[in-house]
Amino acid sequence: MKALNFLTRTRSGRSMDWTDWLSYTYLLMGLFLMFGPVLWLVMSSFKTESALNEFPPSFLPYGQKSVAVPGEEKMKPVYRVKMPDGTTKELAELRRIGLTATLIDPARPDDLIRVNIKDREPVREFKLATENYTDLGGQVKFGTYLWNSVFITVIATILTLLFNSMAAFALSKYKFSGRSAVFLLILGTLMVPPAIVLVPNFLVISELGLLNSLWGVIWPAIATPTGVFLLRQYMLTIPDELLEAARMDNASEWQIYWRIVLPLAAPALAVLAIFSVMWRWNDFLWPLIVLSKNEKFTLQLALNAFQGDLVTQWNYLLAMTVITLLPITIVFAFLQKYITQGIASAGVK
Amino acid sequence: MKTSASTPWFFLAPNMIVILLFTFVPIAINFYYAFTGGVNLYPNQRPGVGVDNFSTLLECGSYFDPSTCRKDVFWQSIWNTGKYAIFQVSLMVLFALITAIVLNRKIIGRGFWRGVFFYPVLLSPVVVALIWKWILQRDGLLNAAMVGVGSDPVLWLAEPGWAFFWVTFVSVWAHMGFYTLILLAGLQAIPADLYEAAQLDKASPWRSLTKITLPLLMPNLLVVVVLAMIKAVQVFDEVFVLTGGGPGTATTFVVQFIYQTGFVEPVRLYGIAAAGSLLLALALVALTLLQLKLSNAEKEGERAK
Repeated sequence: MKALNFLTRTRSGRSMDWTDWLSYTYLLMGLFLMFGPVLWLVMSSFKTESALNEFPPSFLPYGQKSVAVPGEEKMKPVYRVKMPDGTTKELAELRRIGLTATLIDPARPDDLIRVNIKDREPVREFKLATENYTDLGGQVKFGTYLWNSVFITVIATILTLLFNSMAAFALSKYKFSGRSAVFLLILGTLMVPPAIVLVPNFLVISELGLLNSLWGVIWPAIATPTGVFLLRQYMLTIPDELLEAARMDNASEWQIYWRIVLPLAAPALAVLAIFSVMWRWNDFLWPLIVLSKNEKFTLQLALNAFQGDLVTQWNYLLAMTVITLLPITIVFAFLQKYITQGIASAGVK
Repeated sequence: MKTSASTPWFFLAPNMIVILLFTFVPIAINFYYAFTGGVNLYPNQRPGVGVDNFSTLLECGSYFDPSTCRKDVFWQSIWNTGKYAIFQVSLMVLFALITAIVLNRKIIGRGFWRGVFFYPVLLSPVVVALIWKWILQRDGLLNAAMVGVGSDPVLWLAEPGWAFFWVTFVSVWAHMGFYTLILLAGLQAIPADLYEAAQLDKASPWRSLTKITLPLLMPNLLVVVVLAMIKAVQVFDEVFVLTGGGPGTATTFVVQFIYQTGFVEPVRLYGIAAAGSLLLALALVALTLLQLKLSNAEKEGERAK
């Protein structure tokens, strides 16, 4: 009983009652439902093409063993065959016609062995199909897509931080007529959903000659109202005396912004940077409209294009999906606290 | 550079130019598009057509039967969006509320559990759609389970009813964590002594839920509902990748209609797309005003506390 008491002890010191059991059951179900699908994706991405076609699927990446056969271009599946003399042998199957399978011993490629398909069963082995990942570059222009995604994410985030912090600096550290009007104007853009300005923005971008250019994705994305709001609220807490003291020392306004306010606003900048990276990395609708050429695709667009192909090569698609969610997952694993706090305080995602 | 009247404007300029160019100018152009016709993208080559685009969209035998409408897909997408918004928002808020209440209890490893429910929020819509497409496909995990318990496999995304269900389910899965966080913040603002008093009075957990938690959380809940509505009305990405709007038009929503009219159809009717987006904007403005009203009421309430 003591052990049970220990195990069912809760943080408040009392032992578990039915509401606690209910809570933990709910949480475990949540864990299964929220992480399960992602885990399944990762597991599947390590399966060979033939293992992916198996039904019912296995959880771990098991697949049929295959070997190279002299004179054959493709790897051939290996079967355990019951020979007419009662022994069993592992043989590679060349082809199957009707009920008859033609197999071969890779060591002695000249003897063809024909058996009824009932007398053979596949040899399975644990196999991580890392080639799904390593072949990506050869199969699709993976490097190009990755570069496009990284370029957009990094440049847009840098520009977002610069432009938004400049605006926030003006709105928090200067008194001028029109200040609240400007602030409201910027915040008002929160209410303009991207879907509404899809068509005219397309015109603006094409007039600027930015169609099928990564800059066409970057420019419209960087003046985020959330960023200005977040930074302004934070800069308000920086004492004005610091700025006055610097002005006494003949610092220019740019120096005050660059050398004093910006470093002090680093925590808020970090939060905005995390958000910006996630926004831009995950962007879909706007890049979909601006970037129509294959060599300009971001990872998200490439994923979308491949899943729409007539014959979906799931093994590569799954591997690419895993790579696409990897950076976000890493960021989340290390910065969960900041992300959730940022969302709770600004109420935006 | 000395402090002068122009200094703040110097700092504001880059941000303002971007907003002007990519938000305010487009809004103005959008109105122009909505009242002009033809297939040209360039405004000076577009003839004015008055309210024709709107009347084309709104021309309907009966609004309850999209097939009698001139733009049947538009009305189908409106009905779909309405249905989706109601189901998705109520399911999502319900589960977000349950999750927030559970996370607000004295549980071991709260940070971890919070992360579990929040993680899908950060995944891109394309990734979310592909994760589920892989599970729901013909030879997928779910059908393996179906066969395992002895029933027939189902083409989940090829049957209109199921496709709609899964679209709703997947978006609840993907976005629930965000609303959970907001509700959790609301729960944490409820003073703990209220619960202690309830415990002294030997109130059942159910009673303290219905008499303390829910009434005090109501303002947050209302805001969350409206916020979720605003998002639901604009649903596009996940659904577009998951079902492409199909089968048929079973999961075609308003934003997808705008996207297809303006960018996919061989004859690109920008005017119709712009008019459609203005109608959508109208709905969003109404919802946003409602939200502002509710969150003001919430602030007033807090001051009164």
